[in-house]
Amino acid sequence: MSLTIRLRHRFPSIQLDIAFEVPAPGVTALFGPSGAGKSTTIAVAAGLLRPDACRVEIDGQVLADTAAGVWLPPERRRVGLVFQDARLFPHMSVATNLRFGLRRAAPGPIRFDEVVELLGIGALLERRPHTLSGGERQRVAIGRALLAQPRLLLMDEPLVNLDDARKAEILPYLTRLKTALRLPVIYVTHALDEVSRLADSLVLLEAGRVTGSGTVSEVAARTDLPLARRDDAGALLLCRVVAHDVGRELTRLEGGGATFWVPLLDAPLQAECRIRIPAREVILAGKPPDAISVHNIVPGTVRRVAAEGARRSVLVEIALPSGTLLGRVTPDAITRLALSPGAPVLALIKSTSIEVLGA
Amino acid sequence: MAARAVGFGLPLAVLTAWVLARTRFPGRSLLSVLVHLPLALPPVVTGWLLLITFGIRGPIGSVLHDWFDVRLVFTTAGASLACAVMTFPVMVRAVRLSLEAADPALEQAARTLGAGRLDRLCNVTLPLASPGILVGGIVGYATCLGEFGAVITFAANIPGQTQTLPLAIYAALQVPGGEATAAKLSLVSITLALIGLLLSEWIGKRLNAALGR
Repeated sequence: MSLTIRLRHRFPSIQLDIAFEVPAPGVTALFGPSGAGKSTTIAVAAGLLRPDACRVEIDGQVLADTAAGVWLPPERRRVGLVFQDARLFPHMSVATNLRFGLRRAAPGPIRFDEVVELLGIGALLERRPHTLSGGERQRVAIGRALLAQPRLLLMDEPLVNLDDARKAEILPYLTRLKTALRLPVIYVTHALDEVSRLADSLVLLEAGRVTGSGTVSEVAARTDLPLARRDDAGALLLCRVVAHDVGRELTRLEGGGATFWVPLLDAPLQAECRIRIPAREVILAGKPPDAISVHNIVPGTVRRVAAEGARRSVLVEIALPSGTLLGRVTPDAITRLALSPGAPVLALIKSTSIEVLGA
Repeated sequence: MAARAVGFGLPLAVLTAWVLARTRFPGRSLLSVLVHLPLALPPVVTGWLLLITFGIRGPIGSVLHDWFDVRLVFTTAGASLACAVMTFPVMVRAVRLSLEAADPALEQAARTLGAGRLDRLCNVTLPLASPGILVGGIVGYATCLGEFGAVITFAANIPGQTQTLPLAIYAALQVPGGEATAAKLSLVSITLALIGLLLSEWIGKRLNAALGR
């Protein structure tokens, strides 16, 4: 089961040549700076923009293939789209907005009550769109798109117009949707925290080209890709809750073939969660230190050492049994520890430095 | 008569306004000029043009008369036609402005939700343009009541059939001692105009509030 998008299009200012294939269902983030071609890709997938050449295929169903002369119009694609600006119909109540797509779609698995409950919009049903807050409006827009029973959901920077508080309000709903409705989703964003929380796969776009793609953990930890060049570069690991040590107020997680202790979580055993370990919070050591507060001393192997010129630092990819950590240290540290590809190394990570996302 | 003029004219005006606001084709400017012509022409000229087109010997009038036994000149229906033609630009203008204000982004949203062309027009575009359509209708109705030049030229001044308010006032003024009648009719005219304008203002406000503007 997969989703393929290929498109070529020439704008006056930029030539787009984008192709990727990602697993479906799952959330795929299209990540990149403005003008990289993210929104164009979305518009092509929805059928709102007809490019010079394209192919859009989901689970073997071809929605568009210019070479074969196939072009389904948006209204027949069953591809939902959540716009940046919600675009609720101002002359209808929230409930009527929600049912707009539902009434026009063939019966499908996504039920009205379920969506209303998942998005927490039950109290808004009788209201008019202009009386809603930005966050509420966006939740209704997501519900409206879902109820049209789409086979693919596109989200074009749905949180970009919201302040941090509203974002924090919506993100948990998105995480819930992701697990409740098994639907392929393409999520356009240039916010790393949204990628870290939501995405399963990641496609990096820059200047109309795909610069890298893969699972979100893979792409985040590749020192040769732009994500690792950021100040807030870090590794992302999918983990399971293995044990709670209530006495010591710690929770033990397993992910990437390693064990991590984090401050006690309020999550059931075996629950899945994601952790992000910022590269600059990682200390490298040659042998285990003693009498140290750090809980996590994770053994790994150096895979790649990449100098970061202007920053006067070096980014080290550390291979775990089934994952990758990133550490940012000084060039001097590399020399003193004699770190080169293949060398064993210990990564020291404070429990409090590990960001637990969506437990 | 005015009701008939608006009843037939308004749907056509909505269609024309939609074509002018939402489509691009080579003859678009020409259509726009044609629609707005009655605004710029002296009404008597418009009436005369109607007379030679819809007269019993005119190209359209003869067909209507010979095939369907319909005569428009000097009839109530003819007065309605003259009114409709004169108020058409006013109605198109009002509707077109509100269609252009209706956000095409909402139509795009409707498309991705499975709504076809006609569906979008009826359930998204027209409701969004409804303030303009209503205002266009009311202003059109008021203008009809006051139509003079085109009606007198095309449909003459027949009391009870083709006589509009200004025609009646004009006729009253021609008769010695008709000033009292003229004053009464003028008062009716002023009242109708005020009611029409206030009504359109009020409805426009209500509808815009419902649309959250």
